[in-house]
Amino acid sequence: MKLPFALPKLKFNRNMRRRLTDRAMSLAALMCVVIALVPLGSILFEALVRGAGALRPTVFTLDTRDGGIGNAIQGTLILISLTSLVSLPVGILTGIYLSEFGKGRLGGGIRFFVDVMTQIPSIVVGIFAYSLILALAVLGVVSPRLAFSTTSGIIALSTIMIPVVARTAEEALRLVPNSTRESALALGIPEHRTILRVVLPTGGSGLITGALLALARVAGETAPLLLTAFGSGFGFQGLNQPIESLPHTIYTFALDSSTGLNQTAWGASLILVLIMLLISIASRVASRPRFASR
Amino acid sequence: MIGAKMRTERLSAWYGTKAAIKEISINFEEHMVTSIIGPSGCGKSTLIRCMNRLHEVVPKARAEGKVLLDGEDVYELDAVSVRRRVGMVFQKANPFPTMSVYDNVAAGLRLNGMRDRKKLDEAVYRSLKQAALWDEVKDSLDAPGVSLSGGQQQRLCIARALAVQPEVLLMDEPCSALDPIATAKIEDLVFDLKKEYTVVIVTHNMQQAARVADYTAFLYLGKLIEYNVTRELFERPAEELTEKYITGRFG
Repeated sequence: MKLPFALPKLKFNRNMRRRLTDRAMSLAALMCVVIALVPLGSILFEALVRGAGALRPTVFTLDTRDGGIGNAIQGTLILISLTSLVSLPVGILTGIYLSEFGKGRLGGGIRFFVDVMTQIPSIVVGIFAYSLILALAVLGVVSPRLAFSTTSGIIALSTIMIPVVARTAEEALRLVPNSTRESALALGIPEHRTILRVVLPTGGSGLITGALLALARVAGETAPLLLTAFGSGFGFQGLNQPIESLPHTIYTFALDSSTGLNQTAWGASLILVLIMLLISIASRVASRPRFASR
Repeated sequence: MIGAKMRTERLSAWYGTKAAIKEISINFEEHMVTSIIGPSGCGKSTLIRCMNRLHEVVPKARAEGKVLLDGEDVYELDAVSVRRRVGMVFQKANPFPTMSVYDNVAAGLRLNGMRDRKKLDEAVYRSLKQAALWDEVKDSLDAPGVSLSGGQQQRLCIARALAVQPEVLLMDEPCSALDPIATAKIEDLVFDLKKEYTVVIVTHNMQQAARVADYTAFLYLGKLIEYNVTRELFERPAEELTEKYITGRFG
């Protein structure tokens, strides 16, 4: 096709240079993806290969004092369910407050505070729960032995989980368009019912996803448990007794001089990874919208 | 004028320190359609949002003056009960995304405590019929509300507003996102609705105002410039500003 005007002559082929730059940048991006995936892939691979070999049926039935991980799985499940029982209501209600009411200075302050809480190193949270119990023990409210117990473990894990749930819940509810709130209010539906029956269900999948991801996070925590739940060679013995957990088992078995226990640590790692994976899959399923909108 | 269903008296409203409407006094006659026209940002939406007390849900928004509903100041009544009597349809159709067609229409009644399935069925049927949507959705009441077409969604929102049997229906540019066919359906609907309701419709479209409204108010920069019987306002505007606006010679 003949153009009605003359194009200026180029000193070099601009198209060629663009194509080369494009190729180079795509390649660089791909390399970065590979670099990021290598550790992830190798962890999964090692845990699978070494862990699968360790997972004989007896490993699940025996307690840690006999070289199994039965009580650790039980302990982790107990810890994360009780922690959720405490953290989900508190966290979600905080999220509702932040998203629906926290517009003034108080809301801003709480939001900042919650943000800081999500950043606190988990070992510091462990020290907090530990010294909280001891401080109460000094006052004579509880026994000092409660410092190493299921209860103190739950306090530590909840301290980590509540701010995460609160922030994700707030984000999920903020995604609910204001027009949805306004149309509910315009129908003469009182504000509390608008929030509970319209806003919450609309943000529901995001709420569940956030809750599950927070759960996955605490399921893998080791540091605060060292100072609180402590670990135990036996199964669950009560809220005022120490309790074993998978991260703690991995920690102690990996440091042990016996090769057999080292291998079992890999098995425990695989189980922990699988629990996380299950939670992630559940959160994916939950975040699928119930109704596809046009 | 006595017999006005709603009336504002020297109504002013602000967002923070910015005044959106200034001392507007206007009557809304019972069983009539009143349209509010004016350029973007002139305060049309703010005016009707004061009438069902939805203006105040915006942070830092406030209003002064009176809004009378059957002679009672709505700012002295409970906001929730005012909103039940003064319904609203928004610019963009916004069915509740997690609810079916049926649940959307029933939402206002259900969330105000109605449990009786038979009464709910009746209300849903009546409202969808009134909103001229029944024939199109009667076989898909369980389908998600958001799966309907844009025009159907807007009629669904009208049905949802009618289900709680309000006395006044405020419509905030209900056709601005719709094609001409869907718009015509809504306009026909407005014509029918005034038999039972008092309708206030905000619109950018002057032909629409001329077609559906008995009375028309022209707002400019937050002030009421002119208010009259629609035909009079369009054919013999008293104010120069009105004439300029309706003839498209503006600025």
